[in-house]
Amino acid sequence: MNETRLLAGRDLAMGAEGIAEHVRRLGRLPAAGKSLIDLLARSGLTGRGGAAYPVGLKWRSVAAESHGSAVIVVNGAEGEPHSKKDRLLMTTRPHLILDGAFLAAAALRARQVILYIGEEHYAARQSMSRALAERTAEERRLVRIVAAPARYVAGNSSAAVHLINAGIATPTTTPPSSHERGVDGAPTLVQNVETLAHIAMIARIGQATGTVLITMAGGVNRPGVLEVKTGTTVGEAVALAGGAPEPAQAVLVGGYFGQWIEATQAWALPVDPEALRAHGLTLGCGVIGVLPASRCAVCEVTGIMRYLANESSAQCGPCFFGLRALADACTRIAQRGTDPNDLLRLQRWASEVRGRGGCHHPDGAVMFLQSALKTFAGEFSRHPAHVRRSA
Amino acid sequence: MTKRFELRVDRIKCDGRGLCAEILPERIRLDDWGYPIIAEGPIPDHLLPLAQRVVEDCPVLALGLRRVESRTRSSR
Repeated sequence: MNETRLLAGRDLAMGAEGIAEHVRRLGRLPAAGKSLIDLLARSGLTGRGGAAYPVGLKWRSVAAESHGSAVIVVNGAEGEPHSKKDRLLMTTRPHLILDGAFLAAAALRARQVILYIGEEHYAARQSMSRALAERTAEERRLVRIVAAPARYVAGNSSAAVHLINAGIATPTTTPPSSHERGVDGAPTLVQNVETLAHIAMIARIGQATGTVLITMAGGVNRPGVLEVKTGTTVGEAVALAGGAPEPAQAVLVGGYFGQWIEATQAWALPVDPEALRAHGLTLGCGVIGVLPASRCAVCEVTGIMRYLANESSAQCGPCFFGLRALADACTRIAQRGTDPNDLLRLQRWASEVRGRGGCHHPDGAVMFLQSALKTFAGEFSRHPAHVRRSA
Repeated sequence: MTKRFELRVDRIKCDGRGLCAEILPERIRLDDWGYPIIAEGPIPDHLLPLAQRVVEDCPVLALGLRRVESRTRSSR
C-alpha cells in the first residue's frame, strides 16, 4: 500500500509519532482556505464516525454561519463496543488528527477547538495531550480537552455538544443540528477523528486517500484495526485479519447500528461506504463482526439488543420502553424457546419504534434487529429453550 | 396553492399523556407504552382545527404544526 494511507510511517507498536517525525514524513500543514472546502467536497469524503454525512456539506454549512465564532469538536468518544480504530489513531498518529482540526479551525474561522475523547480511553487522551504540547502556542491557545462519558450515545454530535454546554451527554432535539447551533449556540463542526485525519491527508495530496479504517471483531484469528483500500471485500478483510478459525455463519457489517448478512453473501461485499449504501447497507464506524457457525445467533442478537436498550438515554418513551420490550422479547425466545406471539411483537414493535426518537439510537437498534430477524429467520422461528446447566 | 401542515412531536418533551390521541384519533394512535404514533402525510383540511387544538392542549407542549412543501415529506 502507498504512503498516503493514514497509518503509514513508524511501526504502530512504537506508539505515538512525534511532531518532528510527522513533519519530516508528511511536510508542514498546508494553508487552509475556502478552496479546501471545495477540495473536500470534490473528494467525496463522508464522516467516519458512523453517520457518513458528506464532509463538504457540513463544512459549507458551518462556514456560512461562522463569522469567526465557530467551534470545532474533535470527536474521539468512540463508544461503539467493538470499535478500536479511533483509539488506535489517537494513540499512534495524534498529529494527523490535530492537523485536520486546525485545518478546520482555519477554514471555518473557528475560535475554539475541543478534543472530546472517551474518558476510558486513557492512552488516547495522553497521546493527544502530549501531541498538543508539541504544537505552536497559537494552536494550543485554541484547544481544550473534554472527557466523553463511556456511553454509547455520548458520541452522537448533539450529545457531545450537550455535554460541553451543560455537562449532560444526552442527545438533544434536532433541528437545530450542531452545525447550525452547537457549543454556546455557535455553529459547531463535530467531526470524527478518523475523518479529520483523512482531511489532513487530502489537504496535502489533493485527493482522497482511498483507504478506510475498520475494526475486525468476533470469529477472526487476529481481531483488531486494519487500514484497507476502499473496495476491499469483506472476505479479503477477514483474510487480512488472519482468516476465520471456523466457518462463519454471518457477518455484522457496520457495528451495532449495522446489519447482519449471511456469510455466503457477505464475503463479496465491498468495504466502501458508498458502495455499501447502494446495497442498502452501511459501513457505520467500520466494525466488521464475524459470527462463527457454532455460536447461537439468537443469543448473540439478544445480548446486543439488551446492551442497546440499556444504552438508551431514557429521554424518549418509544426508545426507552420500546427497546427494553424488544430486548425482553428476544430474551424470552432465547431462554424459553420460540413463541410465535413474541415473533409477531418483535416485527410490530420494531417497525413502530423506528423514527420515533429524538436521536437515531432507536432507529439504529431496530435496523440491527430487523436485519437479524431476516438473516436468522430460521433460528428465530425454531429456537429451543436453553436449559441452564447447573454449575 | 393551499397550505399543507403536518404534526410534529418533540420526542424528548413528549411524556405520553395521550391527550392528542383522544382529540384526533383519525391521525394519532398510541403505541403499547402510550406514546403517539402519528399518521404520515399532511393533515386534511377538515381536521386542521382539531390538529390545532391538539397542539394547544398538549400538557407538555410537545406538539407542533409544521408547514410542508411537498407531499413526500415524512411526518415523523
